[in-house]
Amino acid sequence: MLQLFFGLFNGISIGSVLLIAALGLAVVFGLMGVINLAHGELMMLGAYTTFVVQNIFKMLGDPWFGAYIFVALPVAFIVAALVGLALERGVIRFLYGRPLETLLATWGVSLILRQFVRSVNGVLAIGLVVFCLLFFGAWVLLSRRLDWQKIRNGVLTILVFLSTGIATVTGFLLSGQKALAKPWFSARNVDVTAPAWLRGGLPLGNFQIPYARIFIIILTIACIVGLYLFFNRSNWGLRIRAVTQNRQMSACLGIPTNQVDALTFALGSGLAGIAGVAITLLGSVGPNTGQNYIVDTFMVVVVGGVGNLLGSIIAAMAIGTVTYLVGSGTIALLFSQNSALQGIFDFFTFFADSSMAKVMVFALIITFLQFKPAGIFPQKGRTAEL
Amino acid sequence: MLNISQLNVYYGESHILRNVDLNVTAGQMVCLIGRNGVGKTTLLKTIMGLLKPRLGTIKYKGEEIGKRTTDRRAKMGIGYVPQGREIIPRVTVKENLLLGLEARPQGRKGKQDIPDHIFELFPVLKTMLSRMGGDLSGGQQQQLAIARALMGEPQLLLLDEPTEGIQPSIILEIENAVKGIIKTTGISVLLVEQHLHFVRQADRYYAMQKGGIVASGSTSELSQDVIQQFLAV
Repeated sequence: MLQLFFGLFNGISIGSVLLIAALGLAVVFGLMGVINLAHGELMMLGAYTTFVVQNIFKMLGDPWFGAYIFVALPVAFIVAALVGLALERGVIRFLYGRPLETLLATWGVSLILRQFVRSVNGVLAIGLVVFCLLFFGAWVLLSRRLDWQKIRNGVLTILVFLSTGIATVTGFLLSGQKALAKPWFSARNVDVTAPAWLRGGLPLGNFQIPYARIFIIILTIACIVGLYLFFNRSNWGLRIRAVTQNRQMSACLGIPTNQVDALTFALGSGLAGIAGVAITLLGSVGPNTGQNYIVDTFMVVVVGGVGNLLGSIIAAMAIGTVTYLVGSGTIALLFSQNSALQGIFDFFTFFADSSMAKVMVFALIITFLQFKPAGIFPQKGRTAEL
Repeated sequence: MLNISQLNVYYGESHILRNVDLNVTAGQMVCLIGRNGVGKTTLLKTIMGLLKPRLGTIKYKGEEIGKRTTDRRAKMGIGYVPQGREIIPRVTVKENLLLGLEARPQGRKGKQDIPDHIFELFPVLKTMLSRMGGDLSGGQQQQLAIARALMGEPQLLLLDEPTEGIQPSIILEIENAVKGIIKTTGISVLLVEQHLHFVRQADRYYAMQKGGIVASGSTSELSQDVIQQFLAV
């Protein structure tokens, strides 16, 4: 009985990690139909934000350190949401309805973000700030001119080159300073120390339930409830639902569809940031952390049925449970008693480690999608019209 | 209220609207008639900003609105009831109605109630508030679409074939509702319609053929000839 409970707990635990990583994608890909390959990198940014917040709290000393995670959650949400907002305004909005180009562009963005955390240092940061101040500052000042629409394109081109030039020179001059030129994170993985109250576990018979896992499950539930309330109770939630179901008509009703797109994307990205906080509790994080999750998250959304939150929840739990049951050898154990079933026992023993379990889960998903290509809960959305 | 001059609209390279001139004055009900495929819906979509004109101007309350986005035009007071109703399918009837409030200048802030006059016009909606919009019948959806547009308190209402595919008794209900709205609120209506009885309720008519306006005048002068030629009844 206890063993069954423990197996179930582990399944739900793996499922909730999958789910919290996939929730943001369920919004961005599921509702908006945008294939964002940089979603994993937004998680990675959330994880690095946690690392930074943790370091700041380490300086504050002990009673404060235990609470850093509650500061990291909103900060990671905001950082990832802002990066997502910039990505939507700067790249994705020009590519709506063109999934292949979106796929390529966001893949490029994911490479840029990965390299960014590897090489970011004081010089690069100052250069970026200088560029933004010059470029956007000049944009804001010049856009007050009456003939702005006429000169816009020419002036912006000149501004890009000018600001880039000045920022590069600034960086070059500063690069002699050792302290500034030192990379902040480097390419190596960083470790986030969990607060003391999240270490260890709840003893239960012969087993132990790690507090970190319980925390992730609670966090996932909180995110789902929050998302549900936002979509069903708030004004913006209703606007998002209307726009994702019928874009043209929503515009005809006076809903600012551009703002809704930007907000929806920022929301999905922010959720990726929260997932980033959660994964720091499971192990060290590095520039490639996001890559480990991106396939899993798309898998959850596709199996659940694009555009359906409940589907994503069920899919994540099912995939988590099956992965655990196969990977831990629990299924193989069931057949170990009976010598007549030796073949089946050998078959499942072969799959009883985490990477082989994944192979089996993928095979099962491929089979499943042959019969239900639109997932558990097929639904129409903006994607259905593409 | 609405002044359209020399409007030319293309779908790709096919020329749909040719030099269309049309005026709607305040408080007037204007009907656009013509056979299928002459460009009536295209004209309404262009007024709403869903299609971009290649040439020509659209002025609303004296202001050129050709460059405005669709949602800005809705906020300026242009209500639109499209052909095929376009109800948001997976939100409730009540939410569909509340979405209509978006078009008001102050938006939906603090308002979560549906005014009684909406239910006086369309009593059937009151019993359906918690149903999904997509589950309603065609006639109910049409009434919902008009009610939704009215929630935004528009000054100009664009109605695209509101009686298409609807049973005669509900056509009368919709007709009376539209007449009632004009009488009580004094808004202007631009109506696309094929149903003769409804056409006769309008003050003026414009007849379209091959993307251009070919006849116009007061509906009281609507002769049998014109009806034969442009409505083919």
